[in-house]
Amino acid sequence: MILAFVLLPTIMVNAQTDKYAAAMQKNLDMFDSAKTTADFQSVAAAFERIGDAEKTQWLPYYYAGLALTMPGWTDTKLDKDANAERIKALCDKADALAQDNADKSEILAIKNMAATQQMIVDPQTRWSTFGQEGAGYLNKAKQLNPNNPRLYYLEGAGIFGTPEQFGGGKAKAKPVLQKAVELFKADQPKPMYPRWGQKQAEDMLAQCQ
Amino acid sequence: MRKSIAVVAGLVIASQLYSQTVIRGKLKDNKGKPIPGASISIKDSYDGTVADSVGNYKFSTTEKGERTLIATNIGYRSFEQKITIASAPIVVDIMLKEELSELKAVTVISGSFAAGDTKRAATVLNSIDVLTVGGGNADITAAVKTLPGAQQIGEQEGLFVRGGAGYETKQFIDGTLVNNPYYTSVPDLATRGRFSPLLFKGTVFSAGGYSALYGEALSSALILESIDLPERSSANFGVSPIILTAGFQELAKDKRSSWGVNYGYVNLIAYFNIVKQEPDYFKMPEFHNGDANFRFKTKRGGMIKYYTTFSKSKLGLRRSDVDSADLKDAFGLKNLNWYNNLSWRENLGKGWKMNLALGYSTNTDDITQQLQDQNNQQLFPNQPWAFAKNYTVKSIQQLSQAKAVFEKKLFGISTIRFGSEYLYWVNNNTYNGMKSRLIDNFQSVFAETDIYVTNDLAAKIGGRFENSSLIDRSNVAPRISLAYKVGVGAQLSAAYGIFYQKPENTQLVYTTNLNYAKATHYILTYQKSTNDRIFRTEIFYKKYQDLIKTEPVNYYYSLYNNNGSGYAKGIEFFWRDKKSIKNFDYWISYSYLDTKRDYLTYPETLRPDFATPHTLSIVTKRFFTDIKTGFNFTYTYATGRPYYDFMYDGNGKYTIADHGKTKSFHNLGFSMNYVPSIGKTNPKLFWVLVASVTNVFGYDFVYGYNYSFNGMNKEPIGPPAKRFYFIGVFFSWGVDRTQDAINNNL
Repeated sequence: MILAFVLLPTIMVNAQTDKYAAAMQKNLDMFDSAKTTADFQSVAAAFERIGDAEKTQWLPYYYAGLALTMPGWTDTKLDKDANAERIKALCDKADALAQDNADKSEILAIKNMAATQQMIVDPQTRWSTFGQEGAGYLNKAKQLNPNNPRLYYLEGAGIFGTPEQFGGGKAKAKPVLQKAVELFKADQPKPMYPRWGQKQAEDMLAQCQ
Repeated sequence: MRKSIAVVAGLVIASQLYSQTVIRGKLKDNKGKPIPGASISIKDSYDGTVADSVGNYKFSTTEKGERTLIATNIGYRSFEQKITIASAPIVVDIMLKEELSELKAVTVISGSFAAGDTKRAATVLNSIDVLTVGGGNADITAAVKTLPGAQQIGEQEGLFVRGGAGYETKQFIDGTLVNNPYYTSVPDLATRGRFSPLLFKGTVFSAGGYSALYGEALSSALILESIDLPERSSANFGVSPIILTAGFQELAKDKRSSWGVNYGYVNLIAYFNIVKQEPDYFKMPEFHNGDANFRFKTKRGGMIKYYTTFSKSKLGLRRSDVDSADLKDAFGLKNLNWYNNLSWRENLGKGWKMNLALGYSTNTDDITQQLQDQNNQQLFPNQPWAFAKNYTVKSIQQLSQAKAVFEKKLFGISTIRFGSEYLYWVNNNTYNGMKSRLIDNFQSVFAETDIYVTNDLAAKIGGRFENSSLIDRSNVAPRISLAYKVGVGAQLSAAYGIFYQKPENTQLVYTTNLNYAKATHYILTYQKSTNDRIFRTEIFYKKYQDLIKTEPVNYYYSLYNNNGSGYAKGIEFFWRDKKSIKNFDYWISYSYLDTKRDYLTYPETLRPDFATPHTLSIVTKRFFTDIKTGFNFTYTYATGRPYYDFMYDGNGKYTIADHGKTKSFHNLGFSMNYVPSIGKTNPKLFWVLVASVTNVFGYDFVYGYNYSFNGMNKEPIGPPAKRFYFIGVFFSWGVDRTQDAINNNL
């Protein structure tokens, strides 16, 4: 009984500090099981709420942005420009809170995806604007952290998806994806930090063989 | 006992802390429609949810006491409400009010085809579209002719829109009127526009009902907006049997300024030797074109741009004379043209914006027309039909202008725009040694407001006051248009306006006692557009009043008055689809036009010789990525046009001596472009091979007839050759500064 009484304040204090981790974990689990556009938007909103409440953490905004990139690839009915602008706004919030160059590099990877999604709407006319914008984010991200495996995965995927006659193709994507896979193997993210992309990079590299 | 009470109390607190309260309700917008994905949360907590697709929301919170419930969604004003959370469920119904936003709000599109505006979905023609219209030869006017409203006129330059003559369409660059937008007219030939489509980021083709910011165009306006900074520094070089071009464009390292120069030399001697032309060119057409520009961004994010172009050309051609088979008409032209445009766009802060523009242009035409015999010697037969066939004209047309437009945000996104312009025209004309000089101080004051009642309902109300010192008359022209959003990407809009245009210099030389010609436009538009598709239909009615009419005094001399009138009505359709077939882009335009007018030498109200009831254009573009080549076809069909021979009856009147209808017009234009460097990331060398041909199937074009003086002989008016071929290679070496920009920003 005394124990319970003594523990109670401790539980409450721990509850406060662990509440962030627990909520993040819960949302990351929701993220993993999300399927529809509405699911991802709901996950993004949940991350954004954590970010708004915490005020000092960049990861919630980062994941909110990442969640919105998912329907950006798959949902043909989605307003890609509005979605991308939302992602970029979340990235800007995350970037204002992130201290490390490595963290900023991760945020730029999300921005790259947003710009790429806008470019894909009409590649012929949007290549010069959104294609360049996306390439700019990727270059800057590489300078901030040359060992971020996700950057090479995104670059490799871009080359992979571009027809050979446009300077893309499997052969050209292969060395970039190989570098991505190598870096993924060496990558040791902190808990809750971005760890996505390894499987996708490996699968895509397998298709290049 | 005390302890156990405390423990129990503690557990109660704990259970209260972790007990959950349900908060639920409805979330709708001010029209009662659900907003799926709108976010609802307790301020400064993690708890919340998003609204579902039918407008409900529900979540549980562990928060207790006084809290703020907050609901947000992009494009809506956020909602906040204080709530007291206890254990009982809370029901809060939320209404989010839509914010007026420039991106969401409906824009008035009646009468105008906005093109190249990347912010809006209704993009119709960008500069690449203009370059790749099959058979269009990279001429802006040729591309615009594939849009509804424009007639297929091949014997003279200009856009003949909705029953309006070519000179009733005016071109504007960055807000200022262009005095000589085309190369100088040659009898029975359409000349090209002077400006390259690559200069412009936006093209608005208004077939009527346009803004109060523009005047002096009775029927239509082509509003061109020049590009800001180029994307990169580059050098370019182009070669073809007809034209040689070279240029350089330097973008500063900080990407805040740029300058460039271009030069082009055109000579048709080689081409005309291979492709035989109907006229006998005694002076092969030769053009020197140079242009230069600088552009820079100001500290406040404004833009200062200067563009100048200089052109010098010569040509001379001989045709058989319509009055006598033994004789020939020889027409010689030397032209000098210099155009300047300086504009300054600035954000003044506190919701104010400013657009200033200065323009100066001068154009000199030296024309010699001779009647010649078989040995090309000039003849002066003392015959009435020969009277007007020997002449020399030296004409210098100068226009200096200044225009200022100020814009202020009113409430929400509603804005008011107002300003003034001043145009100073000087025309010096020497006809067979007889000098004349026309000077016009032309001023206008205009104001226009964009009022957004909601995102779905907008109105543009404006007016314009003009005064011309030359004719010493003023006018006031109201313009009103409305747009109502009727669905996603769909709008219904209506426009009404009065438009004035002063008489042409060729008439003012004889008398300045003339008034403005007047047109009243009524337009109703429906448009539905997405990123890749656009459907548009427009019905219009136009009333022409005070058109200039020729009053013959004798066989050789006429006066002019404002007794002309007319009308035009019709319906037009436009469909463009870039989506249904991959890498295939096409558009279809159809125009129905019913128009008659009584003007110039027309003895009565007639369908003008530049108007036909039915016009159809089909433009297709297909790019094959595996061979890096695009194939573009443009098919145009137009029903026959009327032609007339008006003869002076010797008694103060014209009569219709003969009339008829030309056969219908078919044209298939083709162009292909091979782009080997496409899609390469940051290629150092970019080159393109272009080949094109007009009138692939070789139809005989008859645009109308020239009549002999006595009306006994008529000669068809057609193009100088059945087809026009073009082949050329254009190189561009890009100096990519992306890396510099990144390094500088770090």
